[in-house]
Amino acid sequence: METTNAFGMNDRIKRLRKQTFEAEPSLSIERALIETRFYKENEGKYPIPVLRALNFLEICKHKTIYIGRDELIVGERGPSPKSVPTFPELTCHSIEDLHILNTRELQRYTISQQDIDTYEREVIPYWKGRTQRERIFSHVPGEWKLAYETGMFTEFMEQRAPGHTALDGKVYKYGLLDLKERIASGLAALDYMNDPEATDKQEELTAMSISCDAAILFAERHADMADKMSCEEKDPKRASELRKIAEVCRWVPAHAPRTYWEAIQMYWFIHLGTITELNGWDAMNPGHFDQHLAPFYEKEIAEGSLTRDEAKELMSCFFIKVNNHTAPPKVGITAKESGTYNDFTNLNIGGIKADGSDGVSEVSYIMLEVIEELHILQPGSAIHVGTRTPERFLRAGCKVIRQGHGYPSVFNPDVYVQELIRQGKSLRDAREGGCSGCIEVGAFGKEAYVLTGYLNVPKVLEVTLHNGVDPVSGQKVGLETGNPCDFKSYDELYAAFLKQIHYFVDMKVRVSNYIDRMFAKYAPATFLSLFIDDCIAKGKDYYNCGPRYNTTYIQCTGLGTVTDSLCSLKKHVFEDKTFCMAEMLEALTTNFEGKEAMRQRILNRTPFFGNDDDYADQIAVKVYDDLYDAIEGKPNTKGECFHLNMLSTTCHVYFGKVMGAMPNGRLAGKAISDGTSPSHGADTHGPSAVVKSLGKLDQVKSGGTLLNQRFMPSLLKREEDISKLCSLIRSYFAMGGHHIQFNIVDTETLYAAQKCPEEYRDLLVRVAGYSDYFNDMNADLQADVIARTEQESF
Amino acid sequence: MLVFDIKRYAINDGPGIRITIFMKGCPLSCVWCHNPEGISGQREKLYTKQKCLGCGACVDACPGHALRLTSEGVSSDVSLCTVCGKCADVCPSLAMEISGKEYTADELMKEIRKEILFMDCSEGGVTFCGGEPLMHPDFLLELLQRCGKEGIHRAVDTTLYARPELVRQVMEHTDLFLIDLKLMDSFWHKKYCGVPNELILSNLRMVADAGKEFIIRIPLIEGINTDEDNIRQSASFLASLPQHLKVVNLLPYHDIGKNKHEKLGSVYNPDQFPMSTPSENLQQKCVEIFHSYGINAKIGG
Repeated sequence: METTNAFGMNDRIKRLRKQTFEAEPSLSIERALIETRFYKENEGKYPIPVLRALNFLEICKHKTIYIGRDELIVGERGPSPKSVPTFPELTCHSIEDLHILNTRELQRYTISQQDIDTYEREVIPYWKGRTQRERIFSHVPGEWKLAYETGMFTEFMEQRAPGHTALDGKVYKYGLLDLKERIASGLAALDYMNDPEATDKQEELTAMSISCDAAILFAERHADMADKMSCEEKDPKRASELRKIAEVCRWVPAHAPRTYWEAIQMYWFIHLGTITELNGWDAMNPGHFDQHLAPFYEKEIAEGSLTRDEAKELMSCFFIKVNNHTAPPKVGITAKESGTYNDFTNLNIGGIKADGSDGVSEVSYIMLEVIEELHILQPGSAIHVGTRTPERFLRAGCKVIRQGHGYPSVFNPDVYVQELIRQGKSLRDAREGGCSGCIEVGAFGKEAYVLTGYLNVPKVLEVTLHNGVDPVSGQKVGLETGNPCDFKSYDELYAAFLKQIHYFVDMKVRVSNYIDRMFAKYAPATFLSLFIDDCIAKGKDYYNCGPRYNTTYIQCTGLGTVTDSLCSLKKHVFEDKTFCMAEMLEALTTNFEGKEAMRQRILNRTPFFGNDDDYADQIAVKVYDDLYDAIEGKPNTKGECFHLNMLSTTCHVYFGKVMGAMPNGRLAGKAISDGTSPSHGADTHGPSAVVKSLGKLDQVKSGGTLLNQRFMPSLLKREEDISKLCSLIRSYFAMGGHHIQFNIVDTETLYAAQKCPEEYRDLLVRVAGYSDYFNDMNADLQADVIARTEQESF
Repeated sequence: MLVFDIKRYAINDGPGIRITIFMKGCPLSCVWCHNPEGISGQREKLYTKQKCLGCGACVDACPGHALRLTSEGVSSDVSLCTVCGKCADVCPSLAMEISGKEYTADELMKEIRKEILFMDCSEGGVTFCGGEPLMHPDFLLELLQRCGKEGIHRAVDTTLYARPELVRQVMEHTDLFLIDLKLMDSFWHKKYCGVPNELILSNLRMVADAGKEFIIRIPLIEGINTDEDNIRQSASFLASLPQHLKVVNLLPYHDIGKNKHEKLGSVYNPDQFPMSTPSENLQQKCVEIFHSYGINAKIGG
């Protein structure tokens, strides 16, 4: 190991950081070629789970192994850093898609013409008609497709598999050989006499066992290569590191890790296996990584076999590994709704342990230091701050927030544990849970909690105001709930809006349930299933009721925009009669052209959400509660149900694009509000008023809310400002807040970054549940970030 | 009681997260004042040209025909304006605003209570500021007493230009004073702030003698009070107070008030005075002088 200063990266980490920072995302066709060859030969010969597991084995056997010059933690999904495979079994990119990916300005993935030709020749013809995407689109009803295309909602599983998974602590206690034993006894105990599912279970368990072999083989190939490299290595220090790498890879993941280093490498192999097997949304997540690593760290520090600097170096190596793993490319609407290289591995730091005690350890502080020093896109990170969390940890987190990297965000375990328990988790499972991806909660290591897509709530109001017609496309997408000019009261309008909400939610649920089955049948995740209780015990796949808990989420976007629009209609049309409905509709149709005075009146004379004003806040509460009622309890196909989630990621920008003007004065095409944040510029009474408004929502009913707050650096200059920020967070959490995150930037910096992007390459901005490079965002998203209210307080 | 602003998440007006109530009316008229709308005790009309759409709604609404739409925006005939506020009521873009909103003590208590959780969490409270809150003794005392009963930490940001009797009364119900020390020479104090400073200094000594907690803030305005003489006199005066000062906050001047003077349409123009932001060097020099008197001075605060 290299020596470090107490603070700051050592030379190894500086080099690795430079490499990950500068590597260009590219497409690798290796996985697709191995898979296509394998499928051509074997499809039909095996039951599907076994076929999937053998396919995974084949990839692990043949894929290029990469061990970089300075690396201590090893393994890449592609042949080299930021080289991303494709998953033709889910979505087979067309030649046109590949050209677009290779040439588009943002989120570009380079690919050579030669590879495109090979893809055209060897991959595309085979998968035609066989992909998940085609299966899905061949089935969905016309009205669903229309609503999808007009931007009423999105569909997550159209290009990627259900994921959003985080692990609990079991992988640090059991190796894959232990799991194989468990699988073997499961197989031996199958009751073919009485259990009609015994055969299905036999297939699934066999597939799981093969998946263990695949990952062990993959690790051994790394060990072999490291040994070989060590023999050829001239630098004795590196040669010894390589021998150590080989030793680690021969031990994990076959066995449970014994050391801090092995523990990190163990997780990393599982992470890689999961994202190689399939392309699940939100990659993979170690969950409470600091809590899992702390026992290893503490033991080795006590024994003197590990120093703090070494532990930090290994942690940095791990962070860089995650950053090397750019999200697989999306195309079409899905690229518009979530155009980012970020693959949403969101680390949970601090929080509480399964027994309810404080989860903060020295490893938590090491992670905060690494976040601050590396300053890279991935992994995402969040500090978890409950009433038991020491103030010094919150302070340390806030000091990193002050740097303006966009990380960490802040979660409230006291509330999300309640959310999980409300959904039916046991106390222990709830406490071992947390937030992954962006802000969604799940029971780590025990749950499939699947996000299915965003619902464009303001657009539902837009369609209501046009009696079921989408005014942008002119298509009839909703129900005929009446001409709004005939509504006698606000309540009539609201009732119509609610009818439309139920209509679109039900439409989405039906198709989601169909897609659920498609994955259960055709794309079982037999490797991932190993790590989620109780898949092995039940002999069932992660996608097919194997997990102890099975949640399906619909994410509702634009609470601020829809609330403010309803406020405007209620106040100006129905109460004050400032304008009549016809005038309002006319203004929306013409995008307020020639009606700036009217628009300004609305903007300045309407109670808006985010100002601790009950007029607006009670409407927000009502909409939120009604969304909950519309979604909560709708059955999924796994014997459980749908829950409400209030996430938007970057989808609020896409949703805004497909909408006309709204009654809150928002112009056509502009972004709608994100998550549960107030509309841009609507909150004019400072952050304490914002969090009070948010505190009126009963957030325990959701599976996560999202509050973005822009803070100018000027508000965080002094030590005492940090204390006040800590108090603001604690106050919000005392009110039942689930999550808050801060963008510490000034507008001037952002404008400067727009003008001179090359000078601001490392400008990280918190977007939604994650951070992104400002320069990687499109102009709309940049404008959106700038437009967010600046909480100036001087 | 006329209030011209209520600021939540106020983090520069005393300890913790505070709510700051800005009361209208001040006996001083400092030329650098960055809240000039706090000087007059009356409602005032503010006009922001950049926000004006030129729709003319205000012109039509004005019962006294005081307004005229010109190519330069809306012009106002002060002699005809009764500050009735009808123009602001109809203005869609908030270009026309009335500074000064009437509040009862009950209404203000309601506003203050909105921030209770943040105060409790941060050991913050309420700050009464102005203008000059001591211009409204009955009202201020009622609020201070009511906050005291509810256990809300009370800060009063004051010029101390008030009858000693009143200061003594307020002192009984105040947890912390925020006091501006502007100029030590009474002649110049009168020239730049409109009143002499003997009363202020003796009141300050009284507050200190009583063992009350207070924070001194000194605006640093080059051309007005950053000369060595004034800084030395200020430091020597503060050093002579019985109570040991934890810290003196030196606040470098910024011309943010200018914009507000434009809005008020004040005849009075701060540009006629040679005021500027002191250089970092000069700021540092002032800090050192305070240090030489054993006083811990800090830039900002």
